[in-house]
Amino acid sequence: MNIMQNQTRGKHLFHGLTSCEGCAMELVARTVLDILGTNTVVLTPPSCSAILTGFSRETGWHVPSFMANLEAVASYASGLRTGLEVLGKDKVNVVGYAGDGGTVDIGLQALSGAIERGHRIIYICYDNEAYMNTGIQRSGATSLGAWTTTTPGGKPTQRKDVPQMLLAQGIPYLATASTAYIDDLAKKVEKAKNTDGPSYIHVHAPCATGWRFPAHKTIDIARMAVQTGLWVLYEAVDGRLKITKEIKNFKPVEDYVKMQKRFQKATPEMIMELQRFATEGYEKLAERVENV
Amino acid sequence: MAKRKAMDGNAAAAEGARLARVQVVAAYPITPQTPIVEKLASFIDEQKLAARYINVESEHSALCATIGASLAGTRAFTATASAGLALMHEITGVAAGCRLPIVMPIVNRALPSPWSLWCDHSDSMGERDQGWLQIYTENAQEALDFIIFSYRLAEDERVLLPVNVCLDGFFLSHTSEAVIVPSQEEVDNFLPPYEPKNLVLDPLDPMAVNVLTSPAIFTEIKHQHKVAMDNSLQVFKEVSQQFQENFGRQYGLFETYACNDAEIIIVSMGTMSGTVRHLVKKMRKEGQKVGALKLTMFRPFPGRELAEILGKAQGVAVIDRSAGLGSLGPLANEVRSSLYDTANSNQGPVVCNYVAGLGGRDVTEDTIALIIKETVQAVEGNLKKSYESRWIDLLEEAESI
Ligand SMILES: Cc1ncc(C[n+]2csc(CCOP(=O)(O)OP(=O)(O)O)c2C)c(N)n1
Ligand code: SF4
Ligand SMILES: [Mg+2]
Repeated sequence: MNIMQNQTRGKHLFHGLTSCEGCAMELVARTVLDILGTNTVVLTPPSCSAILTGFSRETGWHVPSFMANLEAVASYASGLRTGLEVLGKDKVNVVGYAGDGGTVDIGLQALSGAIERGHRIIYICYDNEAYMNTGIQRSGATSLGAWTTTTPGGKPTQRKDVPQMLLAQGIPYLATASTAYIDDLAKKVEKAKNTDGPSYIHVHAPCATGWRFPAHKTIDIARMAVQTGLWVLYEAVDGRLKITKEIKNFKPVEDYVKMQKRFQKATPEMIMELQRFATEGYEKLAERVENV
Repeated sequence: MAKRKAMDGNAAAAEGARLARVQVVAAYPITPQTPIVEKLASFIDEQKLAARYINVESEHSALCATIGASLAGTRAFTATASAGLALMHEITGVAAGCRLPIVMPIVNRALPSPWSLWCDHSDSMGERDQGWLQIYTENAQEALDFIIFSYRLAEDERVLLPVNVCLDGFFLSHTSEAVIVPSQEEVDNFLPPYEPKNLVLDPLDPMAVNVLTSPAIFTEIKHQHKVAMDNSLQVFKEVSQQFQENFGRQYGLFETYACNDAEIIIVSMGTMSGTVRHLVKKMRKEGQKVGALKLTMFRPFPGRELAEILGKAQGVAVIDRSAGLGSLGPLANEVRSSLYDTANSNQGPVVCNYVAGLGGRDVTEDTIALIIKETVQAVEGNLKKSYESRWIDLLEEAESI
């Protein structure tokens, strides 16, 4: 298989994994490892990322990996990091690679605790806006108006903003990123790698299976989320906020919503509210950039 | 040189961990375990112990972090009790299934509800099938010794399993007594520095740990765990021999007192065992053929060895310090099942189960005397089978409180 040998991007993760066609979660993982290299240990919780860690005698990673518990990636990572430091293996990157559910819901306490303690761990949340691995249920990151199997009429409330919560807590490096802007993500992973303390990157990762769109549209949809202002790309080094992808001419949220069947149940009011969320959310962030 | 010092069970356990040179401690406070983790934090702060302390935000995280540290290749330690242990439950199976030689004292405290701060074994009994070894201690000396002992046992290649060293809350954890504290040199001679022998997370030796496992091999991996559990009985004996040679104190899977010709044997675990022995001694002087058996290792359960001793008695009184709701107490269930072969031949002893000492109630000499009296009655009445536990220290107004 010459294609595989010639492959330079994504080489630290085997090919032929069982994630769905057009999976952003997998693409993000490949990018992360491209930057971090093989002196890395990855921890995944039960989630779609567990596919990468493997099944029985097979694994996807070229690096050591551990299947954590859903709410505990950050706690396992804390202990692993500390143990490695005791043994003088300080250069090893300890990476938590978790979904939105494992991060913003059940794993939030462990994550917040690990950040408070200041361990040098890199925590990457790939956000596909629902519990996908258990068959598309609502998470705290599910968008207002989105259908899931537990919000059959469209989710009545807005998603929670965990990056801002963690920023408020105080964290040396934090960034949002998107599957549509891989170079931007790569730069951020590089910064996380060089951070002396905890770092957190929250990556918007559309999911064809759960959002109900054709698999080849993953990148388009991720880009549209950024261009509508629904997903803002920024980073914060020691709390100093910077928008890394400024948007001049916003696309209407309507355009983003139309691309996915999961919004079919969303009412016009919900879509208006999403529009307001996008416009005001971006403005609020932009104001904070000027103020620092 | 070893030194004699006054210390309570918690201080002894912390001292044991210090002498075992644990490298990472991740812990969360809960009464009555708190002094252990405070003491270790001080040891590290005062550089009496070269370890890192992870101030986790929950017991769930405490055990996860301990596992992470163990997987990095360090000797790791945590301790808990009651609700904290229950919160860890999801993770205790991971520590055992990953075959990590972690030592974790449980300072026994009743599980709610209702809330109690005080001792019973309902917390540790909830973990009895999670694949950890469980050792119950009677005094502060045992608490100290068994921390050191347990690392040696856990790290043996034939075992590679985590160990709970159980201390009765307050009765042991907060009671001062004289303890012989071995010197660091003595402990170093017994317990070599930790070297991981199985799973590690190291980029130089990449492996995927704890992955989703298909029915095609799940059973086999569990069976490896079972074999290790079985092995640990033999390894315990070997470690015990070595311990005796190095420190002069001997520990068995259980300890018998006046059992040889005993007609009635009382089986107990933990601190109440001292009271049992004391009463047995008194009754022996009065010519009554009673004996005491203190069980140290509850997991794995040394059923065969136990049956050899108990099988010769006429009556066995098993005292459970946990309710065992819906069945007999857990200890009695194990003892009865160990005796099944003897019992079947119709010559086996009558086994009576007594639930006592729940939620911190003292198991007094009077309670034990009553237990013996009832067991004698059961033997005389030829009451072969007793399917119910007897709540021996129940107040008369039990139903109206
Ligand atoms: C304690 C616990 N509760 C529930 C589950 C079941 N579970 C497995 S994966 C999952 C959803 C994970 O969602 P997310 O983190 O968003 O990852 P995704 O599946 O979307 O990749 C759930 C609820 C579990 N494994 N552990
Ligand atoms: S369900 Fe979504 S996130 Fe999960 S593997 Fe499929 S595309 Fe990827
Ligand atoms: Mg998800």
